[in-house]
Amino acid sequence: MNARAQTYLWVAQRASAAVLALCVAVHLATMIYAIRGGLSAGEILARTRGNGAWLAFYSVFVLAVSVHAPIGLRPVLGEWLRWRGTSRDLFLLALALALAGLGLRAVLGVFL
Amino acid sequence: MSNLKVKVWRGSAEGAFQAFEVPRRESQTVLDVVTYIQRMLDPTLAYRFACRVGMCGSCAMTVNGRARWTCRTHIDSVLQEKKEITIAPLRNLPVIRDLVADMREFFDKWARAKGQFQGRLSRNDDFERINPGDPERVQVDAGIECIGCAVCYASCDVVAWNPDYLGPAALNRAWTLIKDQRDQKKMARLRAVAGDAGCHACHTHMSCTERCPKHISPTAGIAGLKRESILAFTGKSS
Repeated sequence: MNARAQTYLWVAQRASAAVLALCVAVHLATMIYAIRGGLSAGEILARTRGNGAWLAFYSVFVLAVSVHAPIGLRPVLGEWLRWRGTSRDLFLLALALALAGLGLRAVLGVFL
Repeated sequence: MSNLKVKVWRGSAEGAFQAFEVPRRESQTVLDVVTYIQRMLDPTLAYRFACRVGMCGSCAMTVNGRARWTCRTHIDSVLQEKKEITIAPLRNLPVIRDLVADMREFFDKWARAKGQFQGRLSRNDDFERINPGDPERVQVDAGIECIGCAVCYASCDVVAWNPDYLGPAALNRAWTLIKDQRDQKKMARLRAVAGDAGCHACHTHMSCTERCPKHISPTAGIAGLKRESILAFTGKSS
């Protein structure tokens, strides 16, 4: 991979980490707050269904994960499994799309 | 004084440790011990040294699992860590024989990182005036004293995991040139050091910085290269 592409990947990794730091904090705080009186599917859906703010928040969360995880996995595959070259990048692209697709589907599932 | 128990690597990639007993002396260095073994006990032992005073960078070996200059490592300090001394060639480099590592790949990576200075003046021009207090020059000076001993390279886990990785010394060299106001090859050098085998592969373990006998921080230089590459490839470089 050339220097420009590698640099963009590095920036994307760091930027998505910054977004995730905020998202994870909000997500954990919400969970701790929400389960005080017990946890039920109905209660979760009552909070998320039709709520644009939660839809936007979890969409950003999912997209940040889809960017962050495959880039982080890239050196792990290279250094631990010696898997380099185009096949590794295609696999990681598929992983990114799968994470984004499945994640957004789950977000829509609690919104609609 | 009593005798010292020393285990020394014999062979190349395949081989084994051989035990020796060496007389203990005052102010004895690890290089003194290796030299004693070669001169008094086994003249077939291969090792490399030149200046004996920490200037040339040729005597680095793995002493009790840790890369160091043998000429500047006192036996006293090593014995404080462990009672027995084990001496092996530098890690992450092919072994030619016994304690001699093949340094070709290490220096080839300096060339791959475009570690050659490229000025703009000819011998007919006057000297370029550089202010020693200039912030860029201060950063160059912080990394310029590297003598190429490969202690950082042998201590780097990323080199062990990714043999193409340029390594701390080559990247530090690139960094000192990129910050050098006289140098003309900044973009070409950034392209050479910001790819898959370059600065972005560093995990910031900082073993290089901890082990460097010259107290240079290649980690700081590598972080600088990351910043410079972002500025250069997003079109915001000066």
